[in-house]
Amino acid sequence: MIKTFGEAQVEVKVSEDGYLEDMSQWNEEIAHEIASEIGIELTDKHFEVINYLREKAAAKEALTIRKVGKSGIVNIKELYKLFPKGPLKFSSKIAGIPKPTSCI
Amino acid sequence: METQEVKTKKEVIEKKPLEKVCIICAKGSLEDVYATLVMANGAVMEGIETNVFFTFFGLDGITKKQMNHLHTATTGNPAMRIPGGLPFPTMLGGLPGVETAVSGMMRKQMEELDMPPVDEFLEMITAGGGKIYACKLAVDMFKLEKQDLSDEVEDIITIGEFYELCDGDRTQIIFT
Repeated sequence: MIKTFGEAQVEVKVSEDGYLEDMSQWNEEIAHEIASEIGIELTDKHFEVINYLREKAAAKEALTIRKVGKSGIVNIKELYKLFPKGPLKFSSKIAGIPKPTSCI
Repeated sequence: METQEVKTKKEVIEKKPLEKVCIICAKGSLEDVYATLVMANGAVMEGIETNVFFTFFGLDGITKKQMNHLHTATTGNPAMRIPGGLPFPTMLGGLPGVETAVSGMMRKQMEELDMPPVDEFLEMITAGGGKIYACKLAVDMFKLEKQDLSDEVEDIITIGEFYELCDGDRTQIIFT
């Protein structure tokens, strides 16, 4: 699937449920757009989490909310506050990384 | 425009995503309690309202003294195998210390997959808004008090009160 983002109408490949297929195509504008579709307004704290997720995804590390909770950026409760009803799902989508495959 | 809106509404109705799960854990072995915790945490992570009810031996999963030392049965468990895949002899499983050692090994393997100890798992569930309850009848039967239970336990309630929490037509009750 191809989705266009921003005023420049950049074409980006996304999966059927809206996850970016190539994380290098991601930029902050795309993040804001996906977030507003979900209903989240991104703050600096969101971006700290997003950057952490992107770092780990680039290193091919499996992500869990437990790992994010121990990252020193947020605890799990704060993670839920930032990304309500989808702490790993929504944050991954906004971070432009693949859909999480972890159960935890 | 109006017809389109109606169509979207119909699609939503047809899909009927799950809104609430109520999970009952009545057994206290390592695998039974973790099955409950994984399902509960998974539901919370998907934004599904989650209530968990621990009863009978399942209470071990929320009892401070026991919760981080749960065992898996090494006898009477035909799926138990030794590393390499050979069947685990039942006679061996009955020897003193074997169950403790096997359970310790299982916990270690789970930790490698980033599965937290029970107390931390309960915290993860409540951090996301999931609610943990203890069965009043079982608590009385095992002569436990609220302070014996994990701090994450919301309340000690009757099964009737638990059913009241299970309202809604997109609710599922799961018994593990």
